Amino acid sequence: MNQDRKRIIKRILCLYLPLALFLLFALFPFYWMLISSFKSNPELYNLRINRLWIYSPTLGQFQELFKKTAILHWLWNSFFVSFLTSLISMTLGIMAGYSLARLKFPGAEAFGLATFITYLVPTTLIFIPLASVVQSLGLTNTIWALVATYPTFLIPFCTWMLIAYFKSIPKDMEECAMIDGCSRVGAMVRIVIPMAIPGIVFSFMFSFTLSWNEFVYALTFISDTTHKTMSVAVPTELIRGDAYFWGELMAASLLGSVPIAILYSFFMDYFVSGLTAGALKG
Amino acid sequence: MLIRDPRVTASIARTAQLVAKRGGVRFIKPDVFTGYALISPAVFLMLVLLAYPFVLAVYISLSDRLLGEPGKFIWFGNFIKLLQDTYFRQTVWNSFVYTVTTVTLKLLLGLALALLLNQEFPCRNWVRGALLLPWIVPTSLSVLTWLWMFDSLFSVINYILLGLGLISKKIPWLGDTFWAMVSVIIVNTWRGLPFFAISFLAGLMAIPRELYEAAEVDGARTFRKFWHVTLPLLQPVIAVVVLFSTIWTFADFQIVYILTHGGPLNATQIFATMAYDVALVAGRIGEGAAVSLFLFPALLIVIILILRYLRQE
Repeated sequence: MNQDRKRIIKRILCLYLPLALFLLFALFPFYWMLISSFKSNPELYNLRINRLWIYSPTLGQFQELFKKTAILHWLWNSFFVSFLTSLISMTLGIMAGYSLARLKFPGAEAFGLATFITYLVPTTLIFIPLASVVQSLGLTNTIWALVATYPTFLIPFCTWMLIAYFKSIPKDMEECAMIDGCSRVGAMVRIVIPMAIPGIVFSFMFSFTLSWNEFVYALTFISDTTHKTMSVAVPTELIRGDAYFWGELMAASLLGSVPIAILYSFFMDYFVSGLTAGALKG
Repeated sequence: MLIRDPRVTASIARTAQLVAKRGGVRFIKPDVFTGYALISPAVFLMLVLLAYPFVLAVYISLSDRLLGEPGKFIWFGNFIKLLQDTYFRQTVWNSFVYTVTTVTLKLLLGLALALLLNQEFPCRNWVRGALLLPWIVPTSLSVLTWLWMFDSLFSVINYILLGLGLISKKIPWLGDTFWAMVSVIIVNTWRGLPFFAISFLAGLMAIPRELYEAAEVDGARTFRKFWHVTLPLLQPVIAVVVLFSTIWTFADFQIVYILTHGGPLNATQIFATMAYDVALVAGRIGEGAAVSLFLFPALLIVIILILRYLRQE
């Protein structure tokens, strides 16, 4: 009996309590974002009541947001840019990844290495000259600046992810297909891609998340309100001088976070297995 | 229609290999052309929008270019000026403090969290998913929430700490040089911890159970098992994750830009935020490009170390 009790106490102290603290640290900001966005201003700034609870939930902050700002534009821009760049990067990543995983040609190893190195290059290293490249392409202040530049950090990621994935697929099947008269590209499209769907879905979703979250390029290349994406528009357009409208800011942050959280909750298994696979191979 | 039965296809493949080995027929055409054709779009894009800007960065950093003015070539003028500048020296120091502290915190907490998550408990998948959220949600938006939580008047963290009696007066989170650095470190750790934890968890799950059983037979207790079995086997994953995070943290931008904008009194200014301020706010493009090129040596060291590690594997 005593032994049992000791075990339970040990389990609480060594597992549940630390885990609860980690969960609190990870999730409290989201809780605060959530309740702040459903409070009215008088309640939000009232220091006399229990601030961790919400007494009269209201959609007022969201109504203000839709009335006063271009938030629908920002959401659409984020979605459009993320979808298009992920699609481009995934396609080019499949082509390059397959080529580097399967085909033997001079320089293949060097390209594989270059992929890995470019994957590590931080965007903040080159955003200043890239701004002048974007300008000379005539793309400044349009979302096409982002469509053009985001693949530079997405393609290395997709390629690197997919090389590992393609290598884990046995070669026999595509060799058979080629013996049956299929071309190399035909074998890739009909045999290898269908088998690599989990890896491809993961690289698409993760690219989507990375684009949706990107900040430095979007901040540098775009200054027109209606062309901004969520991640930049919310912190730059909703903060005017020293005036912080926290209710609206939190409501907008919630709207910008929810699509990614939904995407993630649907595909959590892909995410976790993809991440862990990447971590093991990376 | 292609043959789908794996047994049939496998036997055909074996026959084909045998035939090929005897040097009779060559089934597979040289891959050289296809190989180049498949990578060329990606390579082209990377050359134009990554390699060329990098070369351009070096070129711009050697000039005194201003916003809207081409400027002239001044060799290493910007670099010399920066190295003598106390403002820049503080940025270098801040960047090191920021990187070393957050990576250490993320490593220790990430290891602890991974060990917790590797145990059996109810709703394990749900908990794992929830803990990943800070890393998935757009950083600029979650950092805005932190900005609100650190607010000088309405800080909910102070509200809770005061309520619990843990502090006796409000902490000036973003208003004080020391606490501002603490704040950006907390937020960076919050954001990066899930990546560490989940990578380490993957490493832990790959360690065969038999090794622990063998250690138990030899009489090893929990700590010794961790020290002699877990840690050595986890070392490659730890090394790669730490190196990745080091370069990302060193080149970080959003957290500092949104929380403190480098302030107060330059106390949290790091390379990327200073480069942005100098080049795009003050308009001294050449000098700003030079500031961000200081990230390059760090990148180079990380690349060399990772490659060396991967070679060893």
